[in-house]
Amino acid sequence: MGRLRQISKRVAQAIPVVVGVVIISFVLTRALPGDPAVYFAGATADEKSIAEVRANLGLDKPLPTQFLYYVRDLATGDLGRSLSTGQPVTEDLARRLPASLELTLCALLLSCLVAIPLGVLAATRPNSWVDHLCRVLVTTGVSMPTFFTGILLIYVFYYLLGLAPSPLGRLDFIYIDPPSVTGFFLIDSILAGDWETFLGALKQLVLPAVTLALFTLAPIARMTRAAMLSALSSDFIRTARAAGLTWRTILFGYALRNAMLPVITTLGMVFSFTLGANVLVEKVFAWPGIGSYAVEALVASDYAAVQGFVLAMALLFVALNLVIDILYTLIDPRIGFAD
Amino acid sequence: MSDATAPAPARQSTLGHIGYVLRDNPVTLVAFLMFALLIVLAFFGPMLAPYDPLASNASRALEPPSWDHWFGTDNLGRDILSRVIVATRLDLTISVAAVALSFIAGSVLGAVAGYWGGWVDAGLSRCLDTIMAFPLFVLAMGIVAAMGNTVENIVYATAIINLPFYARLVRAEVNIRRNAGFALAAKLSGNSDARVLALHIFPNALPPMMVQVSLNLGWAILNAAGLSFIGLGVRPPTAEWGIMVAEGANFIVSGEWWVALFPGMALVLAVFTFNLLGDGLRDMVDPRRRT
Repeated sequence: MGRLRQISKRVAQAIPVVVGVVIISFVLTRALPGDPAVYFAGATADEKSIAEVRANLGLDKPLPTQFLYYVRDLATGDLGRSLSTGQPVTEDLARRLPASLELTLCALLLSCLVAIPLGVLAATRPNSWVDHLCRVLVTTGVSMPTFFTGILLIYVFYYLLGLAPSPLGRLDFIYIDPPSVTGFFLIDSILAGDWETFLGALKQLVLPAVTLALFTLAPIARMTRAAMLSALSSDFIRTARAAGLTWRTILFGYALRNAMLPVITTLGMVFSFTLGANVLVEKVFAWPGIGSYAVEALVASDYAAVQGFVLAMALLFVALNLVIDILYTLIDPRIGFAD
Repeated sequence: MSDATAPAPARQSTLGHIGYVLRDNPVTLVAFLMFALLIVLAFFGPMLAPYDPLASNASRALEPPSWDHWFGTDNLGRDILSRVIVATRLDLTISVAAVALSFIAGSVLGAVAGYWGGWVDAGLSRCLDTIMAFPLFVLAMGIVAAMGNTVENIVYATAIINLPFYARLVRAEVNIRRNAGFALAAKLSGNSDARVLALHIFPNALPPMMVQVSLNLGWAILNAAGLSFIGLGVRPPTAEWGIMVAEGANFIVSGEWWVALFPGMALVLAVFTFNLLGDGLRDMVDPRRRT
């Protein structure tokens, strides 16, 4: 079947990128300052024991061999051991990933719920106040550093108004973590039927999610507006109007469905920004996700953890782009991948 | 005939066109004025600052804005206005240096790939794809962690993550003109490939590049400030907007808003200026692309 072949071709295209990502992350790992052998040998080590440790770690081998070792470790899910937590990096990342994903996905959802209607409204009423509001929001959104937005929101909603809980993590200490099923506190607390904890987790989530959403609002709204404008001025809309379809049918049935394709593509790029901004937002709100893990590791010069984080983020992003491209083929049969 | 009856309008001079765009869009004019202000602060900041940005005064710590200290003082009693002004130079230097590096490297790589094509092109495209496969801020974190935590490495990391945008732009612009009549004519009159590329084809890529530069400057400032916010690159007590916001973040929960607000606003203002400037430049370069 043609479509299946297209999809497998797209998956094949992702392979060189994954290889490139692994090579870059290997180079970054080997460029680390300091000699890991000296570190692991301990304070009382002499020349001989350091050389022994170096041989054990495989660091005396030529670089290509070391690269093979690195790939072998990766294949078994071994990203090294974190110096600060003493745990394997893979375990640390896996434990903290749900917190980051919960925050990122909520933010993206929130931002789509606001940005897409805003973009549609701006496109249907060019040069109205909605359009101007959209433009102001877009320009402000891309100019505000996320960490600064977060701090402003904390000041207004926590200090001045007292509406938000203190910006310290996923759940106030008066609540007990819900039994872990998915790792998403919102879902887990519903599964446990614990509405009080659900509300508590939601309250903690609102401010960081809004901070991230404000940042991602701009590109989505901008793209929706542009895509809707071009869809609305196309021939098939004119035909649909001439055929006497209602404005509502034309707008949502014809124009929006066609405009969604470029918007979905933009979502991939937005996700890249979000993963980066996540690091800053998690730091501001003391959110126990992988971003704040990486920041703590950076401060403690715990480089294995940082590199594991960079690699994990890159692989996540490659996988996401793959999914978006495949979705795209499924939604729009006209799309083919250029050979 | 038609020339005699209706003479073609005199070709609009570049300056006239810029003046027209500025009159038409006052926002761009404002952006240019704010840009001029930033430049003045960057060059003469240390002379304009009312206090020494590093002088601490424990008896006047964490004072709200007053006539003595317009922006208040921080936890060590340092004058925030002075620190915000002095930081302009460092922040602009980091972003301008990073953007200049990626501009130069991206132009050379993109021009070579676009002009000669072949395996150079294929190799470069794969490398750029790989860079773009990383969430860019995260890659910058990784690079700084690997190369060492210094201001120079912040510049290099920012340059590397911006490189693909320039290289791709130049590659596309050069590629479509590779076999254009004027390029072939220049080649036929005995110019070397390198000369044709550098003097005849590449200048055509400059207008869209300038737009990209302006948009990227804002982004580079955000990136550098973000890195120093999480403790990379610039070290205290150096005055830098990102690190000042980070210092102020500790006091926001107890209500000392001015420590974080003013450096943050400076940051927003600078990025805002470059973004508006980029939009304005785009109008000048290509009015059709207005959105």
